[in-house]
Amino acid sequence: MEIATPPAAASLAPRSAAQAMVPPSRFGDKAFEWLTLAMAMAVVLLVILIGWQLWRGSSLAVQKFGFHFLTTSTWDPVTEQFGALPFIYGTLVSSFIALLIAVPLSVATAVYLTELAPLWIRQPIVSLIEMLAAIPSVILGLWGIFVMIPWLRDYPFPLLKRFFGWTPFFSGPIYGTSMLAGGIIIAIMILPIITSVSREILRSVPNLQREAAYALGATRWEVTRIAVLSYARKGLFGAVILGLGRALGETMAVTMVIGNTPQIAASLFKPGYTLASVIANEFTEATTDIYLQALFEIGLVLFGVTILVNLIAQLLLKTLTTTSTTRAVQ
Amino acid sequence: MTMHSSRADNHTWRKIMNALASATTFVSALLVIAPLGLIFFHLLANGASSVNWAFFTHLPKPVGEAGGGMVNAIVGSLELLAFASAIGIPIGVLGGVYLAEYGTARANALLRFVADVLNGVPSITFGVVVYGLVVLRFKGFSAYAGGLALGLIMVPLILRTTEEVILLVPNGYREAALALGVARWKTIVYIVMKTASKGIITGILLALARVGGETAPLLFTAFGNRFWNHNLSEPIAALPLQIFTYAISPYDDWHRQAWAGALVLVTGIFCVNVLVRILTRGRTTSAV
Repeated sequence: MEIATPPAAASLAPRSAAQAMVPPSRFGDKAFEWLTLAMAMAVVLLVILIGWQLWRGSSLAVQKFGFHFLTTSTWDPVTEQFGALPFIYGTLVSSFIALLIAVPLSVATAVYLTELAPLWIRQPIVSLIEMLAAIPSVILGLWGIFVMIPWLRDYPFPLLKRFFGWTPFFSGPIYGTSMLAGGIIIAIMILPIITSVSREILRSVPNLQREAAYALGATRWEVTRIAVLSYARKGLFGAVILGLGRALGETMAVTMVIGNTPQIAASLFKPGYTLASVIANEFTEATTDIYLQALFEIGLVLFGVTILVNLIAQLLLKTLTTTSTTRAVQ
Repeated sequence: MTMHSSRADNHTWRKIMNALASATTFVSALLVIAPLGLIFFHLLANGASSVNWAFFTHLPKPVGEAGGGMVNAIVGSLELLAFASAIGIPIGVLGGVYLAEYGTARANALLRFVADVLNGVPSITFGVVVYGLVVLRFKGFSAYAGGLALGLIMVPLILRTTEEVILLVPNGYREAALALGVARWKTIVYIVMKTASKGIITGILLALARVGGETAPLLFTAFGNRFWNHNLSEPIAALPLQIFTYAISPYDDWHRQAWAGALVLVTGIFCVNVLVRILTRGRTTSAV
C-alpha cells in the first residue's frame, strides 16, 4: 500500500504568498460530491424504477382480474383466464422444502466452522462453500436434469414412496421432475448463503459469552448450545429469512427440474410451477397484451414478496450487528 | 457412592453429546460441499470430451449435424459483460465512494439498506423491467438490453464491496493529503481510491463472475442468437443462455454441447475467483 504523490502538493511550493492567500475553488469538490451522491441515489431510483415499471406493465391485468388474480387457479392463455394461485403455491412449497433441507445443514455447518472444527480445516471448507456459491444457477439446473433427477427417480423417491406412500405427500406416480426435485435444487442453491451469513453471525458472538460458559465447566457443545446459539438466535433467524428470499426468486435451476405444470397437488412427486419459472418460460411466448400483462403482474407479486422478505431479513441482521461490538477471533 | 457414580455417568453422557454434536455438524459440512464435488465430477465426465478447438472457433451446427461450437456465445457473453461494466462499474464504484466518504450516517445506513435489499431482488425481475424499458420501446431484443439488465444487477454488488474496502483505508492517509492542501475530491480519487484499488477491482471481478453466469435476465433481453451478432441492436448469444437452450432440448448432440459450455463457463468463473483470491491474499476478511 504505497501512497501516490499528490499532484497538487508539488505545485504548491513555487507559489508566492499572495497567490496562496486566494482561496482555492471549491467547484471540483462540490461537483465530485454531487456526482457520487447521484450514483449512490441510483440504488433508490432503481428500486422505484423496478416497482413502477412492473406496476405500469401490469395495470390492465390488475384492473381486469383484481384480487382474484392471487386466488384463482386457472391459467389459460387461450381463453385469457389468468390466476396465479398454482405459481404462488409452487413457489411457497418448493421454498419451504428447500428451507427444511438447507436450514439444518447450513446452521450445523456454520456451527462446525466457527465452534467445533479444528482450526486448519476451517478455511478450506469455507473456500469450497464460496465456490459452490459461485456456480451459476443454469449449470446447477443442467446437473439437475441429467444427474440428480434420474438418481432421485431411481433411488430416494421409490424409498420415500415405500415408507411414506400412505401419506398424500409421497403418493402417485414418480416422474422425476417434481416439486420435491425443485425444492432440493433450491436447497443446494441457498446452502452457501445461509451458511456464510450464519457463520458471520456466530463469529460476531462476543468471546465473553463463551468464556463464561467454559468457566462453569461446560463442554464445547454445551458452550455452543447455551452461550452461542441462544445469543445468536435472532441473527440466525435473519440468515434463514435471507435464504428464503433467495429461494423464492430462484429461477433457472428450478425451472429446469420442477416440471412446469400449473397445478396444485398434494403429492410432492407431481410436477409444479413457480412464479419465477412461469415468467422465464412464457414471457417470450406471450402473444396477447393481457397475457404479457398477467406475466408482468406475476413479476410484480414476486418483486413485492422478495422485497418484503429481504427487508425483514436485513432488519433482523442489522439490529444484531449493531448490538454486538466485540468480534470473536476465529 | 451412588451419587458419585451418577455424576460420573453424567460426565460421560456429556462427553458423548459433545462428540455426537461434533460428528453431526461435521457430516453436515460434508453434505453441504458434496454437491460441489458431484457437479465438478459430472462436468468433467460429460463435458471434457466435447471441449475442443472447434468448440472455441465454430458456430453452432444445425440439429442433426455433429460438431460445431459456441464461439458466438462466448464472444457474445464478453460483449454483454463489457456493456454491463460500462453501466455497473461507474455507478457502483462512485456510489460506494459516496457511502464511505460523504453523507450523514443515518442517510447512508438507509442507502446501504436499500442496496442490500436490491441485492436480494430476483435477477429475472431485472429482465422483466428492461424488457418493458428497452425491448418494448425499441421493438426488439438487443445486446443493449441484455447488457443493461446485467449492468443494473452489478450496481448494488459493486457499491457494497467498494464502500467496504474504502472504509478500510486509514484516516491518516486522508488527513495527510488534506493537510498538504490537496482538494478533497483529489484526495479521494488519487489517495483513497488508489490505496483501495485492489479491493475495488476485487469487487468488480466478483460482480462480473456473478453476472457472467446469469441466464434469467437475458432470456427476454439479449434473447440469444445462433449466429454472429453484427449489430448491438440485434439479439445476441450468451454462454449461459446457450447452455439453457441446449440443456432443455431433446437432442443428444446439444446435451453434449451444453455440458461442454457449462465446463467452459465454470472454468472461467473459477479463474476469476482464483484471481480474486490472489489479489486478496494476506487480507484476513474477504470482501464479500
